[in-house]
Amino acid sequence: MIDVKKIKKDFPIFEYHPDLVYLDSAATSLKPRIVIEKEIEYYHEYSVNIHRGIYSLAERATQEYENVRTMVSYFIGARDPSEIIFTRGATESINLIAYSLGRQIVSRGDEVVTTIMEHHSNFVPWQMLAFEAGADFKVIDIDENGELKIKSEKAKVSLEGIVTKKTKILAITYVSNVLSIINPVKEIVTEAKKINSHIIVIVDAAKAAPFIRINVSDLGADFVAFSAHKMLGPTGVGVLWGKKSLLTSMFPFNYGGGMIEEVTLTKTTFRDTPYKFEAGTPHISGVIAFGAALQYLKTIGLDEIKTHEEELAHYTLEELKEVFGSNISVYGKTVERTGMVSFNLKNIHAHDAAQMLDEFHIAVRAGHHCAMPLHKRLGIPASLRASFYIYNDEKDADALVQALKKVKERLQP
Amino acid sequence: MTDSLYQEVILEHYRNPRNFGSIARATHTARMYNPLCGDDVVLTVIIKKNTLSEVAFFGEGCAISRASASLLTEYIKGKKISDLRKVNQSVILSLLGIELSPIRMQCALLPLKALHKII
Repeated sequence: MIDVKKIKKDFPIFEYHPDLVYLDSAATSLKPRIVIEKEIEYYHEYSVNIHRGIYSLAERATQEYENVRTMVSYFIGARDPSEIIFTRGATESINLIAYSLGRQIVSRGDEVVTTIMEHHSNFVPWQMLAFEAGADFKVIDIDENGELKIKSEKAKVSLEGIVTKKTKILAITYVSNVLSIINPVKEIVTEAKKINSHIIVIVDAAKAAPFIRINVSDLGADFVAFSAHKMLGPTGVGVLWGKKSLLTSMFPFNYGGGMIEEVTLTKTTFRDTPYKFEAGTPHISGVIAFGAALQYLKTIGLDEIKTHEEELAHYTLEELKEVFGSNISVYGKTVERTGMVSFNLKNIHAHDAAQMLDEFHIAVRAGHHCAMPLHKRLGIPASLRASFYIYNDEKDADALVQALKKVKERLQP
Repeated sequence: MTDSLYQEVILEHYRNPRNFGSIARATHTARMYNPLCGDDVVLTVIIKKNTLSEVAFFGEGCAISRASASLLTEYIKGKKISDLRKVNQSVILSLLGIELSPIRMQCALLPLKALHKII
């Protein structure tokens, strides 16, 4: 059981905004004190560069930074810390693959496959890659429940007719950031590789890593990307996990300091992974603070978090349906949802509702949530999204429902 | 708590928009669409002798864009084209009587952009 009252005390923002009902953790999570303090500790005590100095402060900074790489590898079940690359966020992680690998392996006539429920960060890089290479860009559709249309008749995952021998890349999200759906990623990877053993599968785990125990060795994908800031860590830090054999054969994404073995007037050789992918001074303080976030998450337990946010979303959905009945449209399947509810109130624009909720100190997301193709598919310009995390409880859900009642009274024509 | 954007004048124009519809014998028509939020406004007008004699709008959108369109159509009806060219952001804000964040400003300015397409 998660003790929300106790957890809230760990988040300084609630001291500044005691009335805040924060329901936008799918956009970014709030940050606990230990994460903020860990970042400050670096700047106060050992704010020097890593992988360079021979002095003891530099050694400490390097050790703290590299410790987090090891922590991340344990956190996601990677075999080797050198498979962990620190980036600016999941977006950069995905772009790194699209540039360093995608542009090497995709040519005219090949196929690049993604899904209609992707965040733009796992859609546009592949759309652009396909466009540049002259490849076919294929998008897996959803059914009326919002689930991917990848099921054969026996409800088993089937990618027949979607993935072919010509498919070089399959990019897929672990969890939809709108539809509250967890995709059967492991089965999808298995099926894709059965059809085409050379296919590269990229999993966007930005919305999954905050609450799902990911085991990359078990998942079978080639790359997994996620962001620190959605899981209590600082902004500006992301992770790319990749299979070592692939990372070793890939070219760097950025060239510069820190990733060089030798530079001469005629050529340059690069360090091994992960360093060849981390050119320039990285977000040292952010990575180190991310370590504190991982520790905090571990203490609470991802399984507990998953149960907590699923129960909250379920409770919210039941309340919303009871109060608004046919005056509310909920997107995504209505059972087994993750910790978010995306919806619209009849005849009320999402922006108006969100703006009015702000008057009640309730923060929700309104818009297309960086998933325009999905919103178009659903036939709506925008939706409201309430997403939950460890510092939310049923009181927050009640506050949302009560405030939405007032929104409806004021805005319904 | 900040003052509500949803002042009575805005809510009133949102619920009962003035000049809502379209003019069949319009001399000019313009549509503005904001794909980011789905606000969509179509302005139809009759311009005769350098004067905007009739105006109507329809479309879908948030309360701010609809109230803004309603207030704007009231304001511009019967005005000379040369005066209409002077209608700018500050006119819209004073019609609405509120301050707006940059994002919501786009909602408020959409009808004005449609007008500027015409004149």
